[in-house]
Amino acid sequence: MMASALLKVSNLKKAYGAIQAVDGVSFEVQPGEIFGVIGPNGSGKTTLFNSMLGQITPDEGRIELNGEDVTSLGPLELNRRGVGRTFQTLQVFGKMTVRDNLIVAAQEHSGTMFSRMFAPIDSGLGARADALIDQFHIRHVADKKAGELSYGQQKLVDIAMAFMSEPALVLLDEPCAGVNPSLVGGISTLLKELNRNPKIGSKSSFVVIEHNMDFVMDLCHRIMVMVEGQVMAIGTPTEIRGNKQVLDAYLGA
Amino acid sequence: MKKSTFALLAGAAVLLIAPQFLKNYGIYLLSYWLVFVIATMGLNLTVGYAGQKSLGHAAFFGIGAYTVAILMKAGISFWLGLPAAALICFVVGVLLGFPALRVQTIYLAFATLGFNTAIWLVMRNEEWLTGGTFGINNIARPKLPGLNLDSNLGYYYFVLALTALLAALLWGLLRSPWGKAFTALRDNPIRAESLGVDIRSYTLLSFAIGAAYAGIAGALFASLVQFIDPAPFTVGASIMMYLMVVVGGPGYFFGPMVGAAVGVILPEWLRFAQAWYLFVFGSAVVLLMIWLPGGLLSIPDRVRARWHAREASAARIAAANQATGA
Repeated sequence: MMASALLKVSNLKKAYGAIQAVDGVSFEVQPGEIFGVIGPNGSGKTTLFNSMLGQITPDEGRIELNGEDVTSLGPLELNRRGVGRTFQTLQVFGKMTVRDNLIVAAQEHSGTMFSRMFAPIDSGLGARADALIDQFHIRHVADKKAGELSYGQQKLVDIAMAFMSEPALVLLDEPCAGVNPSLVGGISTLLKELNRNPKIGSKSSFVVIEHNMDFVMDLCHRIMVMVEGQVMAIGTPTEIRGNKQVLDAYLGA
Repeated sequence: MKKSTFALLAGAAVLLIAPQFLKNYGIYLLSYWLVFVIATMGLNLTVGYAGQKSLGHAAFFGIGAYTVAILMKAGISFWLGLPAAALICFVVGVLLGFPALRVQTIYLAFATLGFNTAIWLVMRNEEWLTGGTFGINNIARPKLPGLNLDSNLGYYYFVLALTALLAALLWGLLRSPWGKAFTALRDNPIRAESLGVDIRSYTLLSFAIGAAYAGIAGALFASLVQFIDPAPFTVGASIMMYLMVVVGGPGYFFGPMVGAAVGVILPEWLRFAQAWYLFVFGSAVVLLMIWLPGGLLSIPDRVRARWHAREASAARIAAANQATGA
């Protein structure tokens, strides 16, 4: 079981000056698992995320993807190895249509730069884009420019983009940030569907950072609680809810 | 027939028959315009599509011009000089792309501006190679069987054919997945990289391909005016080319055609203003930037957007009237 972990983070450390943002964090994410990361502001969640995504290089520790050491790889190499992501803030390409946003999200994953010069305009990804457009219920805006959509619709496009290249692991940075409450349930349903019964590709694992506790407890299989750069607890939502230490430090507040 | 196809054919027809109605100088001016169309098509790729703020384009234009002039003076054919100009500019373009991997926006603009100044100094000071401020004169027109390129009319058709070919190549490139990758790089490089877009390579190539277009334009320029000195390749010329892209509409495929016309042909029409010419031209640019920051070719988009908004509000009013039973 342990040997088959999709993502393995061991003893990760990162300091900014005197502040130890991440202080010896270790955990594993199994294939198909939805793994939540919670903790108060300043607990090191974002630094951990940025290390896993190659945005920053950790001071110490090791990150493995399918057994391969990916600690020093940048965002581009990680994405090519099957790591997709969303950002806290909206990051769609506003001047492209929704469909083009999806196509550009996967087109660089096949062929070479030279061969792509002669590839068809949709890179043969039209059917895959359509499948995601249907799954995300954004058919009616598929040919509109992404920048003209409502915030909620753009959020859906943003999430869909992360899944276009059929990633093995998707890191979601506060998927509910700024989303109105009625859409939060919709995003939760979508993510469960993408996890259990994806329309494209095979099942992927997620790592989710989120402040909305109901959302995290409902969605995630296991949850890691971070406080001051360290792991306070890892467990199922029920275990985390019942953890006295966590209640005192975070949830009870 | 689609409206755009019709417009394209009409435009081609106008360009083909226009010389019939022009005197020698008019034809020369049209060729001059096309040379700048080629150069600014390249700059539009770098600036308009890939979003890299380059103020060094005239340096590539100059490198192309001097490459052909120096090679032809050494007895080498124009037909070898032209691809050499494009290739040298492509390579130097890759090199100029490297600063763009580190800095962006105004900082990149200044880095490219410094590059332009350095190249210009080489042209002015290395007399053994470039002739210094005296320049290189008596540059011959190329020889092509069946078309007399020594006449301005013949040369115009030659430049027109090359412009059409280079436009078609660029159109093909932008219609391929590369076009979307360039746009993604311009709009949000961090997101693009997280989706597997190799922003490093695309940045370098946007500079290199843009530079190669400027190199070809420079080669045609040298042979068109038949005399070159460092003056047309200053930082001021780079700013003028940047202005042509912005005025035409950055990221619009036909933007450079319009922008270069404004930059090359409008000054001729404004000759009546004499000493006030630059004042009129400058004021026109200020007004344009205020009213049309997206460039002249953004007018149809703006009209369409307004029309859609009006339609939508009419629909809303109709729906509201129906709901209230009015």
